[in-house]
Amino acid sequence: MIVELGHFALILAFAVSIFQVVVPLVGAQKGWPEWMAAAAPAATAQFLLTAVSFGALTFAFVTSDFSVALVTANSHTLKPLLYKITGVWGNHEGSLLLWVLILTLFGAMAAWFGGNLPPRLRARVLGVQSSIGVAFFAFILFTSNPFLRLESPPMNGGDLNPLLQDPGLAFHPPFLYLGYVGLSMAFSFAVAALMEGRVDAAWGRWVRPWTLAAWLFLTIGIGLGSWWAYYELGWGGFWFWDPVENASFMPWLISAALLHSAIVVEKREALKSWTILLAILAFGFSLIGTFIVRSGVITSVHAFANDPERGVFILFILAFFMGGAFLLFALRAGAMEAKGVFGIVSRESALVLNNLLLAVSAFVVFIGTIWPLLAEMFFDRTLSVGPPFFNAAFSPFVFVLAVVLPIGAMMPWKRASIGRALRQLTPAAILAVAGGLLAYAVFTGHSAIGPVFIGLAVWLVAGAATDLMSRTGRGALAGRLARLTRLPRADWGKAVAHAGFGLTLFGIAALTTYETEDIRIARLGEAFEVGPYTITLTDVREHEGPNYIALMGTVEVARDGTLLSTLHPERRFYPVAAMPTTEAAIDNGFTRDVYVVLGEPQQGGFALRTYIKPWANWIWGGSIIMALGGLLSLSDRRYRVAAGARRQAEPKGVPAE
Amino acid sequence: MRRLVLMLCLLASPLWAVQPDEILPDAALEARARDISAGLRCLVCRNESIDESNAELARDLRLLVRERLVEGDTNDEVVAYIVDRYGEYVLLRPTLTGSNLVLWLAGPGMALIGLGLAFGYLRRQSRRKTEAEAAPAAGLSEAEQARLREIMED
Repeated sequence: MIVELGHFALILAFAVSIFQVVVPLVGAQKGWPEWMAAAAPAATAQFLLTAVSFGALTFAFVTSDFSVALVTANSHTLKPLLYKITGVWGNHEGSLLLWVLILTLFGAMAAWFGGNLPPRLRARVLGVQSSIGVAFFAFILFTSNPFLRLESPPMNGGDLNPLLQDPGLAFHPPFLYLGYVGLSMAFSFAVAALMEGRVDAAWGRWVRPWTLAAWLFLTIGIGLGSWWAYYELGWGGFWFWDPVENASFMPWLISAALLHSAIVVEKREALKSWTILLAILAFGFSLIGTFIVRSGVITSVHAFANDPERGVFILFILAFFMGGAFLLFALRAGAMEAKGVFGIVSRESALVLNNLLLAVSAFVVFIGTIWPLLAEMFFDRTLSVGPPFFNAAFSPFVFVLAVVLPIGAMMPWKRASIGRALRQLTPAAILAVAGGLLAYAVFTGHSAIGPVFIGLAVWLVAGAATDLMSRTGRGALAGRLARLTRLPRADWGKAVAHAGFGLTLFGIAALTTYETEDIRIARLGEAFEVGPYTITLTDVREHEGPNYIALMGTVEVARDGTLLSTLHPERRFYPVAAMPTTEAAIDNGFTRDVYVVLGEPQQGGFALRTYIKPWANWIWGGSIIMALGGLLSLSDRRYRVAAGARRQAEPKGVPAE
Repeated sequence: MRRLVLMLCLLASPLWAVQPDEILPDAALEARARDISAGLRCLVCRNESIDESNAELARDLRLLVRERLVEGDTNDEVVAYIVDRYGEYVLLRPTLTGSNLVLWLAGPGMALIGLGLAFGYLRRQSRRKTEAEAAPAAGLSEAEQARLREIMED
């Protein structure tokens, strides 16, 4: 019964979404206030109905209602409750329902907090946002209905893919979707602005928080996914340039570009049409990402649930929204005239360079991802594009970006002097060179790329600190430090996010260059050395989990005779899914991880892999700090003030047009 | 009994990546083998190199690479030998030949075009700067200007 209610609520939400496209958009065109005002309650209704629907599906999963086909395919009574809940979105149908839930939530938030938007723009934004909803509701209802019942329900379910039964991955999709769908808001604002034929500073101020939020969620989502790959896939890789990973990375890069160019629109009223284009592209890449994941067109390790026919549907959605938006852009972009003027050397120009580098690097990822498809279609070549290509083609752009970032960040608006920025950054540059040389001297016999990027990472962090200090003006250090605490949060956010980027870069450079690996047959009780550590496999025994059985090893890690930690790497077997997994055991540390993987018994011992992964955690630590920077920036006074201004403006009403 | 069967399943589960018995005694040769393996795709896997893969075929290829190295082939010869047998699909780093030039040059080409466009835009901008300072926002109605000022002043 509850399942049917959920299904019904979903159909109602579909109907409301159609209403919310037609009425506000017609109203905005004709200038009918009542029709425009219909958008906000419709957005709320759409969200509530979708939430009911999602709640019903969650209920079916939690109570293990195996008469629902989806639950049977993806759940099992023995599964821990957490994974029963996360199993809701651990599959195609449920994940799409989560997608529209977030989509309608963002739409509703735009309705709730968008009181200070001009009514016509608000109606158009909500109408466009709802049109995305129409497409995805139709997609779910017609091709991927999660509420289908089985005629004869089985006694138990088929279990969720064991790789997905993990906290890191359980919360990875919701964050990614918050990011993807957050970009739909930027898209709706862009298309609405094109319909209005006008973009101004206020528009930039409204778009930026949404983009910032989307970028922040994408950062967390990608970080979680990478962290999961690191400890779950069994050899400690953290990024594979897999099509599915690229699918989330491209929107991240474009949204990073967008949130920088939106600053230029907000503060200087320039780069308007470019910002609109980026907003369209960012959501386009989100749709492409959904297409890649859901269609399985490009083969990938992540293809847990895919189906080419559904891919065609998403391709149509993509073609419709991108085609429509680009057509509108071609017709209207000419009307977006820049107001602010600036010199060639200025913060504006630096942000143009930032946008160029981010957009081109996203393009490199894009072409590398689809090249196997293009090569097969047009040149009849079956080939692969793997990590060696991306490392070679992508890294140069990261290098240039990291070199120019601190300099650009120091430049003032309108007119700047490179010499002045460089003078201020001299201490940071000295630190960076020292850091690189130190790395080169300490770890001899490794690739020279490591020290170069470590130097760059120091440059970024020190540059961010310099930037922050330079905002405190002149005078005694104590006074400047006091002023530091009173700087706007946006300044802090910027510095923290840039420093986070540096830390991530440091982690990646250190891990990829200085990793130590040891593969051997370990006999019980026999100690061996890996780097400075003494590793002993003391015991291997059977162990039974809630829905798996495992061989669990006990590995002692010691250094200079003192025991540092006891690790328990496992080899698990999930009988229901008939799938083995490897659970690496990791001794996490500030400067290194000791990473142990248990293999099968061989020649009187066990195959054992031990890795010393220097500064591995800094990769994700840096991502968290980047996200924190975004959060600080998002909580800046000017966005809260904009919300406060709404309360004052409301009683005045809307001037008739 | 059921437990025993399950344990046997567990033991029979696939091998994980490079095995201890595959490693060559000569460390330099082994390092070269790892280097080559990381660039070769496991044909039956989704998107993994033979160095990371746990498939039986990947193990065969790893052993083949080592065999060729022990027989004195250079890295390029080993790769050529594998490509001859399995096609260019095994290469994770596409060659710089024929249509692949498009792939390799796309990034740098785009960067150059972008730089050209951006520079052109910035020059136009700075020329405008020498003209008058920006006029007060035109094209907005009286009420809208007041509203904009209100927002910007906050």
